[in-house]
Amino acid sequence: MATILLVEDDPSARAGLEFALTRLGHSVTARETGELGLEQVRTQRPEIVILDVMLPGIDGVEVCRRIRAEDSLPVILLTARSDDIDVVVGLEAGADDYVVKPVEPRVLDARLRAVLRRVERAPGDRSTHGDLVIDRGTMKVRRAGQDVHVTATELRLLLELSRHPGQVLTRQQLLASVWEHDFLGDSRLVDATVQRVRSKIEDVPSRPKYIETVRGFGYRFVAS
Amino acid sequence: MIGLRGRLVAAFAAVALLASAVTAGIAYWLVRRALLERVQNAVVNDVRNVLAQTVPTRLPDTTLTSDLLQPISRALARQPGRQSWVLGDEPGGWATSGAHFTGLRIPPKLIAAVRGPGPHNRFARPLRGQQIYFQRISSRGVPYLVVGTPVYLPATGGRFASPIEAYVIVSLQRERDDLDRMARSVAAGSGAAVVVALLLALLAARSVLRPVRRLAAAAQGLGAGDLQRRVDARGRDELARLARIFNSSAEALEASVTELREMERSARRFVADVSHELRTPLTAMTAVTDALEEEATGSAATAAGLVAEETRRLRTLIGHLLEISRLDAGAAALVLDDVDLPELVVQSLRLRDWSEEVETDLVPDLRARVDPRRFDMILANLVGNALKHGERPVTVRLRRSYVPDGPGIRLRVSDSGPGIPEEARRHVFERFWKADAARTRSEGSGLGLAIARANAELHGGELTLLDTDTGTTFELWLPNPPVERV
Repeated sequence: MATILLVEDDPSARAGLEFALTRLGHSVTARETGELGLEQVRTQRPEIVILDVMLPGIDGVEVCRRIRAEDSLPVILLTARSDDIDVVVGLEAGADDYVVKPVEPRVLDARLRAVLRRVERAPGDRSTHGDLVIDRGTMKVRRAGQDVHVTATELRLLLELSRHPGQVLTRQQLLASVWEHDFLGDSRLVDATVQRVRSKIEDVPSRPKYIETVRGFGYRFVAS
Repeated sequence: MIGLRGRLVAAFAAVALLASAVTAGIAYWLVRRALLERVQNAVVNDVRNVLAQTVPTRLPDTTLTSDLLQPISRALARQPGRQSWVLGDEPGGWATSGAHFTGLRIPPKLIAAVRGPGPHNRFARPLRGQQIYFQRISSRGVPYLVVGTPVYLPATGGRFASPIEAYVIVSLQRERDDLDRMARSVAAGSGAAVVVALLLALLAARSVLRPVRRLAAAAQGLGAGDLQRRVDARGRDELARLARIFNSSAEALEASVTELREMERSARRFVADVSHELRTPLTAMTAVTDALEEEATGSAATAAGLVAEETRRLRTLIGHLLEISRLDAGAAALVLDDVDLPELVVQSLRLRDWSEEVETDLVPDLRARVDPRRFDMILANLVGNALKHGERPVTVRLRRSYVPDGPGIRLRVSDSGPGIPEEARRHVFERFWKADAARTRSEGSGLGLAIARANAELHGGELTLLDTDTGTTFELWLPNPPVERV
């Protein structure tokens, strides 16, 4: 049960998805262009945005980028192809997840619920690693006393990694624990999110001191 | 088989050899003749002069003695390398002087010429200019010139003195040596000419062969698919013409291949576009069929079930069409990840509820760098086919592999069915091909194996149908780590 903004230009797909999501118990507002979608985000903030990548005018990736410039509102991309370059660009722009059209309502529902679970706060869940403070209660990360804005997905990834300091987590493990995907999840989700987190918490993102890449396996959080 | 170069060089050498041999032969012959003539003339003149000076104008009225003839003989042989005889008709009327050439005979023919033709009174001839005869002879390899002449002595007391004969033999050894030297230098010159000719031949061969080689390389390049390959066609010779013909043929070929490719591309684009266009309505249909299926009652439920089922089929088909059109277009991308392959196999089977139906024999702890989604697609297709068309037991075997092209992984999916008929084996990877022609409608898209093979190739690996006695076994081989393709 969430308030959803659906941005999709094709009328029948829009109507179909709106119908299916409503039937699953969500409150859906549908918009047909990126501009109208952005306007809707400002006037009546939804809990989550489902964005078609191919939109007339400004496309889904750009809409995602503009949303991210202002806040960490969860975004799921609707893409035509899983191996589209759009997916990579969209994930780099800060999307939390993506689904491939035509998507079964059950799958979409599971994905958006998984994203929304990441937003849930857990009071008292707070850890300190060097000059990095990760606080799930307030959904905040502080680095050297400065607030760092992270999305719910980025925070969950950081938490997951920091919970197992020194231990290598494979992309599949991270996809299962953070994204709640099955074993066929797209490892690029992990890579893109790690890149974004690094750019926020590392001094030199290309030479990370918190999140290390372990070639051939995955990622490791380094306990300082 | 002698190459063009060999033939050219041989022809040049033969021509050079022949030309220099003929030239040298003619030159030798001319020089020899001139040399001999000069020697002959010199000797003849010398003999004439000597006789004019040494034959006395008046003779004592006595018989001929060698004392009388000796000065003449000496004078005739005064130059080195000469020997002379002077003979008179009287007994004792002879003299010889000069170097002694042993084993030499004055040739009878010369003597006959000197003595004059026929039976006649030799003493009746009036004194006049000497008839001088000569002949070349050779003895023990040394050439000689023999000169002979009758000498008419003046009359004394109203009668003619008896004629005498003078012979001079001149050694031609020096001239022979000169000629030999000349022949040797001519031969050396000819040899040099042949060497020069060979060098020229090589140069000429190169100038011919270079464009030929370039043409060959260009033709090879063209054959290998480099349709933009052209050759430099400067000049007006036959090779340049050939090059121009090559270029225009290559151009025509490129044009038609480009056209064909364009047609094929647009056909594929059409498939991709159509599939893409179909997906938007399919998105809407997929979104609502669940509701339809769950909420329809009575006879409508059957209809709704059918719609839902066919929508799923359509989704598979369109997914496969898009997949293959992207693979064809080279637009399919590998999303590689380091995965625990046996775990991936287990998960893939579990996801489709095949765990109970399939026997597995998986080597543990095999980490591989693959695209998990594409690997799953291949495995699902092979196992799905085995379960659908073959008979139980269906087994999946995973092994490390070290042959044939370095380290890799080997996955075998086998069933225990009747196997694929021989004539059908080579068609199994073809698109929309179905083993049973009567079965026009199958549950699959008809693209599964084609996509599986393309996905294997995208990894730099291969998917093959093994030759087995019973059942059907497909084998997937993937390099590990995969060969990164640019």
